[in-house]
Amino acid sequence: MRKNKRPRRSEPEQAAGNGVLDRRLFLTGSAVAIASAALPDKARAAEPLPVQPWMKTPGAPFTPYGQPSKYANKVARVVSSIPGTTGTGTSRTPHHLLDGMITPNGLHFERHHNGVPDINPEAHRLLIHGLVNRPLVFTLEALMRYPMESRIAFIECAGNSALLYQKEPAQLGVQPIHGLLSCAEWTGVRLATLLEEAGVDPRAQWILAEGADSAGMSRSVPLAKAMGDALIAIYQNGEPVRPSNGYPMRLLLPGYEGNMNVKWLRRIKLTEAPTMTKDETSKYTILQNDGKSLQFCFTQEAKSVITRPSPGLTMGAPGLYEITGLAWSGYGKIAKVEVSADGGASWALAALQEPVLPMAVTRFRSPWRWDGGPATLQSRATDDSGYVQPSRAKLIADRGARGNYHFNGIASWGVAQGGEVKHVYA
Amino acid sequence: MSTRNTLLVACSALLIGCGATLAEGPNLGKAISPEELASWDVSIGPDGAGLPPGSGTPQQGEQIYLAKCVGCHGEKGAGKPNDQLVGGQGSLGAGQAPVKTVGSFWPYATTVFDYVRRAMPLNEPKSLRDDEVYAVVAYLLQLNGVIGENDTMDAKTLPAVRMPNRDGFVRFSRGW
Repeated sequence: MRKNKRPRRSEPEQAAGNGVLDRRLFLTGSAVAIASAALPDKARAAEPLPVQPWMKTPGAPFTPYGQPSKYANKVARVVSSIPGTTGTGTSRTPHHLLDGMITPNGLHFERHHNGVPDINPEAHRLLIHGLVNRPLVFTLEALMRYPMESRIAFIECAGNSALLYQKEPAQLGVQPIHGLLSCAEWTGVRLATLLEEAGVDPRAQWILAEGADSAGMSRSVPLAKAMGDALIAIYQNGEPVRPSNGYPMRLLLPGYEGNMNVKWLRRIKLTEAPTMTKDETSKYTILQNDGKSLQFCFTQEAKSVITRPSPGLTMGAPGLYEITGLAWSGYGKIAKVEVSADGGASWALAALQEPVLPMAVTRFRSPWRWDGGPATLQSRATDDSGYVQPSRAKLIADRGARGNYHFNGIASWGVAQGGEVKHVYA
Repeated sequence: MSTRNTLLVACSALLIGCGATLAEGPNLGKAISPEELASWDVSIGPDGAGLPPGSGTPQQGEQIYLAKCVGCHGEKGAGKPNDQLVGGQGSLGAGQAPVKTVGSFWPYATTVFDYVRRAMPLNEPKSLRDDEVYAVVAYLLQLNGVIGENDTMDAKTLPAVRMPNRDGFVRFSRGW
């Protein structure tokens, strides 16, 4: 019986060193008892509960489109633009202030190469041509009549976490270091449906996907991916795709590096070979130690990051905390996440929150009894292909530190005596 | 006819025959002719496919560069505030700080034409005429020592340019 498997309340099961507890602790409902036990002098409520003004006056009227509470105004993206521009650069998701697996639309990360175009959906067209039997052009109105599918999928910029290639740990938090990752429910039309309608020439092996932005973002994608799970996404978390994420339509290639998911999609050209665009040659290639660069590194490998505790979120009193974070793999589902509080000397399995979906972020949670002393927090993801997220040292030994892209090594947060949390290498 | 070819033909016939049912959609795409889509078909393959008529020389390109590019990419492509376009050859080896430029890193000259024409200058993309694009590309290639100062770039000569880092790329296969 499950009841008999509960750890005894007085002695919660330590699953790894430095206070990492069994992942089932919260599930069995004994956490409250432990928290109480850890704080023997827990104060009783010291004051009578006041009846606040909002309990006594009518509230605000309806609004056509809801906004977050004014008290939650720090839950926002941080923006960095390249010199001399206002719309070329990135904005990053504040994962330390979010929970669950879905990124709200207003907080989805952005990477624009020349700003957000102001596209009139009635004038937008999607062209499919090249090695097809019949070049075709689609309006948004036409696509809305096609059968739709939804995929909950992460999108991660290939440059996410690139700061970990640096020799010294950047003194920054989750958002600036790992915030080029988001996860949403995308709904739209299978690209395969449209390609079949155009009739694929057997010589075609690749597609070129191109945006309608003034940068004309363009990437080559293997035809097999285009004919597989690729989607022309029209909805993002249930509403029309946001302008900053490709309105009125974007390409979604689940698991592939961010900029291949071309926003403001205007053109698909079927080709025999890759087009060798700027962003698949001079950028988004990985320079290795031997001077050769890896090209067409499409899939984001398994990775995880602890979102809380993390820099900027100073610990309170010693006691029970939840270590939580996100894990994801472009190759499939997350099979397990392990958590360490002693810099990787020992590991405990974290609880994976359902749903655990392929090419989506998975939320993990691990109970941790912090004794107030120093700790080094790490997480390590394994996906269902068996691939294990490497240590930073191994990743750099294998690939060098000059690659810029696809950093998926283990990240470490150092908790100091007193509770300050800093980015460290361990 | 080999067995494989026979199979291919059979498959093709099947695809054509079943086209309507394979595309599980309402078939609302509208046919468009090559002439009608030409203004959007701007991508240039590494073999030069798609390059337009026209030509330009480094000398012509210098004038355009000084008028439209130098503000972001610096004197003679030295960079700052934005990407460095010239130099860095020999900087990709082990232990070195890589300087990735058109000359040191870009594997195909055709990509430079494609990108400049579609995206540059940043504040006025798609404003350069094809002759001007050829000229700016010629100037950048000449500054990088890839072509001579009297060379002319056009649809025939540009794809024939061999970039210094042409063999510097390997296809990724999973394994790390």
